[in-house]
Amino acid sequence: MTTVRMAPETTLTPDSPGESAWSRRHLLDVDDLTADEVELLMTTADAMKEVLAREVPRVPALRGTTIITLFYENSTRTRSSFELAGKVLGADVINVAASGSSVTKGESLVDTVKTLQAVGADVIVMRHGRSGAPYLAARHAACSVVNAGDGMHAHPTQALLDLYTVRARLGDVRGRRVVIVGDVLHSRVARSNLWLLTSLGAEVTVCAPPTLVPRGLGDTHEGLLPPVRVESSLDRAVEGADVVMALRMQLERMHGGFVPGMREYARLYQVNAERLARANPGALVLHPGPMNEGVEISHEVAHGLQSQVEEQVANGVAVRMAVLWLVTRTRAKGVA
Amino acid sequence: MPIAPVMSPDDIRRAVTRIAHEVVEHNRGTRDLVLIGMRTRGVPLAQRIADAIAAFEGETVPVGSLDVALHRDDLTERGAAVKVQPSDLPEVAGKRVVLVDDVLYTGRTVRAALDALIDYGRPERIQLAVLVDRGHRELPIRADFVGKNLPTSRDDDVQVRLYESDGDEYVRVAAPEPLEVQR
Repeated sequence: MTTVRMAPETTLTPDSPGESAWSRRHLLDVDDLTADEVELLMTTADAMKEVLAREVPRVPALRGTTIITLFYENSTRTRSSFELAGKVLGADVINVAASGSSVTKGESLVDTVKTLQAVGADVIVMRHGRSGAPYLAARHAACSVVNAGDGMHAHPTQALLDLYTVRARLGDVRGRRVVIVGDVLHSRVARSNLWLLTSLGAEVTVCAPPTLVPRGLGDTHEGLLPPVRVESSLDRAVEGADVVMALRMQLERMHGGFVPGMREYARLYQVNAERLARANPGALVLHPGPMNEGVEISHEVAHGLQSQVEEQVANGVAVRMAVLWLVTRTRAKGVA
Repeated sequence: MPIAPVMSPDDIRRAVTRIAHEVVEHNRGTRDLVLIGMRTRGVPLAQRIADAIAAFEGETVPVGSLDVALHRDDLTERGAAVKVQPSDLPEVAGKRVVLVDDVLYTGRTVRAALDALIDYGRPERIQLAVLVDRGHRELPIRADFVGKNLPTSRDDDVQVRLYESDGDEYVRVAAPEPLEVQR
């Protein structure tokens, strides 16, 4: 890269908003984002959404930037969403699936990250089955690391796109009542959403069988967990809700006797039309996908007028474009 | 230390009015005309030109705004200039588009805007109106309508302020730091 310095064409006022609101090279979780940073992400996503609506949805903003998606777990929507986001911004995107890489030959995570960096990665978008793995990668990486889901810990871009989707429909989330229903215990989506929504002042209720609620969640004493209400009855939880977020029942994780059975679970915790009628009129229904229709969500609600599932997927690209754009801005200044 | 402005609010008003007349004259009317302001300060200028045209021609010209941050070729040099806003464009395909910006300098912003515009459709013609042309082009780009030609040194800082975006209104040139200290 050249290092030609250019004087700005006009000087913006020094405190012009956005100039210094972002200083992160990585996006690992949403729990430490400031309100300003979230706001910048949301307005940037607005701009990205406009790009996606153009006749030619392509801009050269990240031309010459290499993004590598490194997925140790399966994913279709998150990976393709990141891939598309990178391509719309003009970046080169390379997909690495751990199953087809040197990882199967025993290469360590840190070595893999260093290798990808040596190959020329500017951003590594990473999904890993172990909570905290992206933090380890970030500690050893000179490039940017974006967490695309780690274990049961965090899925920041999903929480951001959920927030974006809700804001697009309802405006500010402060004071809005959000119900998150399902397997919160194993859900990184729920964890990131809890942090983000509560930090912005939403009133969050978690609803799940007691076996699927993380220990300590909902306790009133000050803790390391976000302040939420825990309610075991979905009928009561959805009363007056503005947003109902159903989580995927992770069938692969249901071997530990968490629930008596899927039919029993569906009977008590499925988001269906009857229960949705107890929420506020026009309440939004979100689901991070993929959906088990007939288990955590009924077919009619999943495809009903209140469902935001398709919006979520479409907004996901815009939000991930915003994330890629912002983390690479910092890099251009800092490392070079 | 106060620096005397090179354009007062009255000067800016007269320049904008003259540009508005020139745009209409040059395009023989307002048919198919679209004004597109480049963020940030091109947007109020485009609106002012449209208002002036409405006042003397009685015709409403569509006004849009364009953010070229994602199209720049000098992003890495500009560091963490991260703010991007949505563009808001009327139909441009087949139109006579007048791009409006406050300062024309290297021409790189305009190049980026041309790229961006063409992604929205194929305009019949693209023209450029600027409040200030300060020289030092790095690309083969020129303005069709200029409020004021302002010879500057590369080290000078041309400051444009408009009521709509800044709450104040002037154009002035701040010399680089060491000169101010000597005074």
